[in-house]
Amino acid sequence: MFDSPTLIQLYIFVLAVFIGFDLITKVPPTLHTPLMSGSNAISGITILGAVLVAGRDDGLLGVILGFLAVVLATINVVGGFMVTDRMLQMFRKDPKSN
Amino acid sequence: MAEINFDLIIAAFYLVSAILFFYGLKQLGSPATAKSGNRLAALGMLIAVVVTLFDREIVRFEVIIAGVVVGSLIGVVMSRKIKMTAMPQLVAVFNGLGGAGSAVVASAEYFRLEGLETNIPIEISITIMLGTLIGAVTFSGSMIAFTKLQEIIGGSPFIFPLQKIVTALAFLVIAALIALLVIEPNLQLFYILVVICLLLGVLLVIPIGGADMPVVISLLNSYSGVAAAMAGFALGNVMLIIAGSLVGAAGLILTQIMIKAMNRSIFNVLFGAFGASAATATGESADKAVREASVEDAAISLGYAQTAIFVPGYGLAVARAQHQLKDLAELLGARGVDVRYAIHPVAGRMPGHMNVLLAEADVPYDQLYDLDEINSRFSETDIVVVIGANDVVNPAARDEAGSPIYGMPILEVDKSRQVLVLKRSLSPGFAGLDNELFYKDNTMMLFGDASESLANLITGVKEL
Repeated sequence: MFDSPTLIQLYIFVLAVFIGFDLITKVPPTLHTPLMSGSNAISGITILGAVLVAGRDDGLLGVILGFLAVVLATINVVGGFMVTDRMLQMFRKDPKSN
Repeated sequence: MAEINFDLIIAAFYLVSAILFFYGLKQLGSPATAKSGNRLAALGMLIAVVVTLFDREIVRFEVIIAGVVVGSLIGVVMSRKIKMTAMPQLVAVFNGLGGAGSAVVASAEYFRLEGLETNIPIEISITIMLGTLIGAVTFSGSMIAFTKLQEIIGGSPFIFPLQKIVTALAFLVIAALIALLVIEPNLQLFYILVVICLLLGVLLVIPIGGADMPVVISLLNSYSGVAAAMAGFALGNVMLIIAGSLVGAAGLILTQIMIKAMNRSIFNVLFGAFGASAATATGESADKAVREASVEDAAISLGYAQTAIFVPGYGLAVARAQHQLKDLAELLGARGVDVRYAIHPVAGRMPGHMNVLLAEADVPYDQLYDLDEINSRFSETDIVVVIGANDVVNPAARDEAGSPIYGMPILEVDKSRQVLVLKRSLSPGFAGLDNELFYKDNTMMLFGDASESLANLITGVKEL
């Protein structure tokens, strides 16, 4: 039944979308921005693809595009997670108890 | 020695990363666990990157290391230096770069396969095209959003003749190019495709006004996930598909929440060019008078109130007045006034914008109340202070069936005993609508920069 890898990948895609919907249906507005910037950092997952492109033996164009993709994705990942962390540090219930 | 099967090891660690992403995202949805959720997701990312280095296809590391070092430096500096008032811009930029990354990855895969001179399987070429398309649209759209938020170009909708036709044409041309490229690879056509995709991102975002930015930003966030997932299909990398689709879904949920809070449809936000058509609704109220308050009057009303609710809007962010606001609230709290903040879901320029601003000023988040929690309280409130908010407190959304914003849930501040509006001038809000609230008998206007007005009020209350 599953002799096509693309078909299995399609199953994974659809199921992950459903999990994504389910995970975050009820988020308090306080967390809308951190949720957005945190999930944005996760979308930097494309760094894996960038690493594969940059690391394989595929001529000058491959090197240039690979380097570019790694830089772009790394900014997204590192910056995204760090700024989310910085934001979340600021959220507190009562300033005196912190 | 037995041969190690790296593929299997990579797959096992990818599963660990995927679980960390799921769990991290779940934790990000709750205030008590959000911080650890973000760190778990970051750990998942680190694991995924490290095990990918063991992929058989990778033969050299210099380019990877150089890219990671450069990208990390830029990312660290940007995330450290940014002011909290500029957070919407930063999110837009990061988002755009992620989209660009996916587009570049998909394009690189296309160039490689094209060079092999074998047939590219149809499902691979389609996902390459979609990854390039969505990634490029995410990139150029986010950059336009950035320039709007940074106020490099105006925040108002930018409309030109035949705009919708041009946009529709761009869609058609892209669909045709993708069909041609799937049938027969062609580098020149592919370059043209990339350019038109970038153009489409511009066309889609440029007509959207500032107050619709929360919707656009969360939608672009969703796109960046989908772009990564498409790049994952193209490369046959399951991790990209899982994480990308998670983000795609999360962004869509957030978009849905924003749209609901404005009582609009996604079609209306994307293609309605809202502000432009409504601008004609002004002008009829020239004979109505507002009551301008002196700082002393306003300070007296505040200082001797028992209950006060602050309603911040985008004007607070523009004036960077969150610290003064918090100081005034604390001063009133010390005088025994019951102080709360009412936060409209689409106040500001991104989802949760006001919450971030106030958190930066150290306002405890249990003083912040949602629309549903606070609306029943306004009728028992002595004074409401509106700081740089307009459409989200416009009673027309509730009372005037003909109003363009009719049906949008508002903060019903007009039900309180007294309203103090801090505003730069009497200019209409983003929607170009006059606000009946400003002309009500129990409304006082205090014109000027929010930061200065709040500082004056602090002095005024202290002198009581």
